[in-house]
Amino acid sequence: MPRKDPLTGKIKWYKSEGAVAVYSALISILIGMAVGAVIVVIAGLSKANISTSGIVEGIKLVFLGVFSTGRDTAGHLTFGFNGVNLGNMLFRAVPLIMTGLSVAIAFKTGLFNIGAAGQYLMGTMGTLSVALWLGWAGTPKAIAWICAFLVGVALGGLWGCIPGLFKAFFNINEVITCIMTNWIAANLVTWWFDSHELFKNSAEGGKIGYVIPLKNVGVVTPKLLMDKIFAGSQANGGFWIAILIAIAMWVMMTKTTFGYELRACGANRHAAKYAGINDKKNIILSMAIAGCLAAAGASLYYLSGNTEFYWSTYQKLPAEGFNGIPVALLAANHPVGVIFSGIFMSMLNVSGIQLKYLTAYNEYISDIIVGVIVYLSAFSMLFKTMLSKRIKSDHGNVNAEPEPAAEEDAPGDTDEETEKGGQK
Amino acid sequence: MVFLLQQMMLYAVPLMIVALAGVCAERSGVINLALEGIMIFGAFMGVVFVRMFQGMGMTQDQGQLIMLLAMILSGLCGIAFSMLLAFSAINLRADQTIGGTALNMLAPAIVMFFVYMIVAQNTIGMAEGGAAGWFMIKPSNFGHPKGYSYGPIGDFFLNKVYLTSYICILIFILVSVFLYKTKTGMRLRSCGENPQAADSLGINVFKMRYLGVGLSGFLAGVGGFTFSLTTANMTSNGDVAGYGFLALAVMIFGNWTPLNIAGGSLLFGLFKCISATYATLDINGDGVFMLNEIGISPYVYRMLPYLITLIVLAFTSKNSRVPKAEGIPYDKGMR
Repeated sequence: MPRKDPLTGKIKWYKSEGAVAVYSALISILIGMAVGAVIVVIAGLSKANISTSGIVEGIKLVFLGVFSTGRDTAGHLTFGFNGVNLGNMLFRAVPLIMTGLSVAIAFKTGLFNIGAAGQYLMGTMGTLSVALWLGWAGTPKAIAWICAFLVGVALGGLWGCIPGLFKAFFNINEVITCIMTNWIAANLVTWWFDSHELFKNSAEGGKIGYVIPLKNVGVVTPKLLMDKIFAGSQANGGFWIAILIAIAMWVMMTKTTFGYELRACGANRHAAKYAGINDKKNIILSMAIAGCLAAAGASLYYLSGNTEFYWSTYQKLPAEGFNGIPVALLAANHPVGVIFSGIFMSMLNVSGIQLKYLTAYNEYISDIIVGVIVYLSAFSMLFKTMLSKRIKSDHGNVNAEPEPAAEEDAPGDTDEETEKGGQK
Repeated sequence: MVFLLQQMMLYAVPLMIVALAGVCAERSGVINLALEGIMIFGAFMGVVFVRMFQGMGMTQDQGQLIMLLAMILSGLCGIAFSMLLAFSAINLRADQTIGGTALNMLAPAIVMFFVYMIVAQNTIGMAEGGAAGWFMIKPSNFGHPKGYSYGPIGDFFLNKVYLTSYICILIFILVSVFLYKTKTGMRLRSCGENPQAADSLGINVFKMRYLGVGLSGFLAGVGGFTFSLTTANMTSNGDVAGYGFLALAVMIFGNWTPLNIAGGSLLFGLFKCISATYATLDINGDGVFMLNEIGISPYVYRMLPYLITLIVLAFTSKNSRVPKAEGIPYDKGMR
């Protein structure tokens, strides 16, 4: 979709700032995967039980794991359309997209929501409990689904409020409070399920410590065609809901006064206050929305029915909460971009699992790639400035009128500029 | 009581070392959110080095030597790892929070990848024996029989303690003296308050910030090793139970000054210790496990350290004195 500036017609779409943001994300991804491949090689060389062909297979799976169809009879890796893998990729992308949105919205308000894990857990608790209660009480399935979803989301929102309140009224760095609330949530959720025997899955052997899956009470998300496309996978309508929410968030952030106020607080809290925007209210609301989004991710994930929740979680926070950070960063905090980066992260996840089952490597390689990508996104500004300087220098020769130098002084706003131009 | 205090030290010592690590970085003007990651990395490398020394044929009699060597080496690994943060935060002027988070994500991933590669399970421990057997100072080290008691005070200092407690006190003194009594330390602090002014007086801000982050990497690596030694029986599983973040909270609570931090970490160590040992805790020695018998859920005790951090932060935030230039990349043009 070529993007043209309707007034001047000067900026070609592939030279726009949005495109530059995409390039810099792609550079981060490539470097991240290259580092992953290098680690595969180093680990392969240092281990006696991994041969050269094993290393090659490892690298192949790092890049193409999602298309893996296992091994043929001769023992070679085969690749092709794998409906189960692709479907599971989309399914696992749902919580990542939602926590990514959560982090992205908070980022736009200048807050670093590292508490998505705790909000996610609170959402899990609310959704699972309400769905099981209403399911047993014989409430119509659709109503039970909606109630479970809403209660989960509301709990997450409340949980997100806490760091917001601390930030707004005590000016305490939200990172610290988020981390504290994460661990408090982990203990609360464990406490809740530990003291309510009726939620524990004691009927199935080997499932001790898990909450009863929602398919037992039939409160599950409808498939909405996903089972036709990706037969045999866990994909369901939750994916479409996540996309809708992402688009709604984009509209909220760019097309409404409220979104503008949030972004103004993010750009400069004091200037926003001076301009008559209630900064405290916006900070709290932004964290509440972030909490709702993270919790919605948990709700959609567990409402799929056959996912099971290990309730004794007081020592371990869910990885989805933290993986929202790279998802948001990779998308440069653009709500629609989050959909794609969420799917990408989930692809890495699926590749990691393929790596674990098909080779002597393990799934942590995909975590390493994610870590490297986050690290690179920390200085993605550098890529962006480098790229836009290049683009500008050829651009400037053709057109006498210089572009407004927005890149240098407003680093966080590059993506917003593209939004105004109506890209995507 | 002695038992409780000793247990408290086990939890407080790594917390104090890592909180002091945080001070070194933040006083130079760099937010070191990566403390958790560096701890994880340091703990893993510590275990690997201990295994290496064991493989080289060192025996239990050289326990303290092994521990010291492994500790210093994991500190050095911490420096190497923290340089990733320093590079992005200082040279590339990237967002320090994101850089720190990246390291926090990278560290467990790398550690778990190599743990599986080395031992094909999710936890790596010592090649033989346990932390207590190899590294604990017991009466038998001084030629006393097993079960010997020095009396309450002597027991606290000498009976079944780790050398790390003393190293921690040493680190506390060294960091305090360094930050407040040496030329370099004062220069480092000036870079955290007003780097432009410091630069105009000929202080190299980049160098000072590298020094701050490097020191903090060393201490966090040592802290990670200590955590693994005292609370995890010299094992590493890519997790330090949020200690790095707790240390950050202690640092904020302690107002970025070493003495308050020492007090704060003792307090949090106490709560951490209660949450871990409440079931077998006999406070006044009458054989009644009081905390267990009140009937409060164990999760309440486990929540306490975090809950109290929140409450304390809310009450102390008014007096908090953040280093002014913290988190702001140094820009010469702002002078």
